[in-house]
Amino acid sequence: MSKVLVVAEHLNGKLNAATAKTVSAAQALKPDAIDVLVLSDAPDAIAAEAAQITGVARVLTVANAANAHAIAQVLAPQIAEIAKNGYSHVFGPSTTFGKDVMPAVAALLDVGQVSDLMAVEGTHTFKRPMYAGNAIVTVEAPTNHVVVATVRTASWPEAAKGGSAAIEATGVSAALPTHTRFVELAAGKSDRPDLQSAKRVVSGGRGVGSAENFKIIYDLADKLGAAVGASRAAVDAGYVPNELQVGQTGKIIAPELYVAVGISGAIQHLTGIKDAGTIVAINKDGDAPIFEIADVGLVGDLFSILADLERVL
Amino acid sequence: MKILVGYKRVVDANVRVQVKPDGSGVVTDGVKLSANPFDDIALEEALRLRDAGKATEVVVATIAPADAQPHLRNGLAMGANRAIHVVADEAVPPLAAARAFLKLIEKEQPDLVLMGKQAIDDDSSQTGQMLATLWGRPQATFASKLVVDGGKATVTREVDAGLETLEVDLPAVVTTDLRLNEPRFIKLPDIMKAKSKPLETIQLADLAIAATDAPKATQYAPPAQRQRGVMVKDAAELVAVLKQKGLL
Ligand SMILES: Cc1cc2nc3c(=O)[nH]c(=O)nc-3n(C[C@H](O)[C@H](O)[C@H](O)COP(=O)(O)OP(=O)(O)OC[C@H]3O[C@@H](n4cnc5c(N)ncnc54)[C@H](O)[C@@H]3O)c2cc1C
Ligand SMILES: Nc1ncnc2c1ncn2[C@@H]1O[C@H](COP(=O)(O)O)[C@@H](O)[C@H]1O
Repeated sequence: MSKVLVVAEHLNGKLNAATAKTVSAAQALKPDAIDVLVLSDAPDAIAAEAAQITGVARVLTVANAANAHAIAQVLAPQIAEIAKNGYSHVFGPSTTFGKDVMPAVAALLDVGQVSDLMAVEGTHTFKRPMYAGNAIVTVEAPTNHVVVATVRTASWPEAAKGGSAAIEATGVSAALPTHTRFVELAAGKSDRPDLQSAKRVVSGGRGVGSAENFKIIYDLADKLGAAVGASRAAVDAGYVPNELQVGQTGKIIAPELYVAVGISGAIQHLTGIKDAGTIVAINKDGDAPIFEIADVGLVGDLFSILADLERVL
Repeated sequence: MKILVGYKRVVDANVRVQVKPDGSGVVTDGVKLSANPFDDIALEEALRLRDAGKATEVVVATIAPADAQPHLRNGLAMGANRAIHVVADEAVPPLAAARAFLKLIEKEQPDLVLMGKQAIDDDSSQTGQMLATLWGRPQATFASKLVVDGGKATVTREVDAGLETLEVDLPAVVTTDLRLNEPRFIKLPDIMKAKSKPLETIQLADLAIAATDAPKATQYAPPAQRQRGVMVKDAAELVAVLKQKGLL
């Protein structure tokens, strides 16, 4: 008898694609029911979106002004309280949102968390990566306990739309702390596809050389309808903002097409793209490690190659 | 103000980790061990707060086997005032680590706890969040900027959408991201000085933490390897290959 509570991730009144991916992982448990929990100041529109995810039985909403921003220590006591209503599993996405809040939920439920769940082998047996993806580890969660896990979104497709789950408003009695206050979110404004769910991604590395030069990466991405990513070196050097970083400590992504431009292929970067469909590498150094894993490699100066691509595409 | 820093010893970030042939774990014999890179950043931030006159004492703490003393001496050489070695023969899972740190907090009464956002061995990213929860105090994870003023801290966090700023009351737990600072290098004379700095040892069992229900690793396997693909000679050929694959 498995019953899964999926914690919804949302921003600006919209459901994040990570939620439907987390539902996919929940479906792999072949559970009796999957409920989605929406904590927000205004949950209705978000809940309506979540209700369309196939396989979802109910969408539970908690409307509270304290939930206007995702503050982990405010959300966790509410999630833990609802989780105690007969759930065998509580899943959240392994995004910065889920990584922040889910361990707090686990601590309140007195159990260790399964991080970055990438495969389901049984109701309490899972696979997850460790050591920057150099080891895939089978973990057994204690069977006498609720399972709290974050789901590695790059390993799971978005569950299809087309459902019509019941939406139920609910309340919680947990006392919520006021020791943490939201100040602001400086979000990169972009009308480009979202890096975490894009089918195509073009990433630039240190080889691109400057923030100004990154224009050629954006131009290629626009031509391909792709999202833009970057290596840590490019972010650290200030070429692009932090939210574009791909890798062990950035975003783990699985686009159909990944184009790495002026990126050497350090293990910490590769762990972020190992589930990509086709990897293209453009680098002037024929010995760069990126070529060991690239499906299509092109050795040469990135500036002239991107100019050529601009012409032939 | 006193700052407690989580200072875990892990397989060095430059080591290409290998899974043991029998799948019982990863090869650690003869492999270089270092401070978790995020913990070096946590320690550096604590030292900068002390240099700026905001903090008076920086204490590094690790939960590790008895042979981890040189690791703590490195933390002292980098500049920590004191070190606490919680001696544990086996690796402790994040919830147990958080419980052990809570005991240290009860003893030390720090105003700020700095930890890494994740340990690069287990890549769990749990301990700081769990500690804040057990302690009933604020958490600010993935910090790329930290300003401490009076009884408050303003923390800029690297989140998927961009940069989020939170204000938290102290004491609090802050976990570090890579862009918070660049850790200093240890200088030779400081290694000598570190030898006489206080290093306290506590047996994990003496902390009497509750038994924890945690997921257990039962089998390790190497990841599926991607194969080297084809090399093309120019942009036109690249586009042709991608079209052939149905990607363009
Ligand atoms: C704990 C930890 C976590 C980390 N997390 C991440 C992470 O999440 N993501 C990440 O990316 N990195 C991460 N790193 C850093 C990683 O180890 C590498 O340092 C980084 O990925 C290197 O970025 P790069 O490939 O852009 O730069 P470099 O390694 O400097 O490579 C630049 C490449 O550009 C090529 N090049 C230069 N000029 C040209 C030209 N004109 N035309 C064509 N090619 C050119 C060069 O041949 C070279 O291969 C992490 C490191 C640590 C220790
Ligand atoms: N055994 C340990 N000793 C010292 N610090 C630890 C230990 N385990 C976890 N930590 C701290 O918690 C952070 C996150 O670890 P983890 O939750 O394992 O990813 C680390 O960067 C350390 O700061």
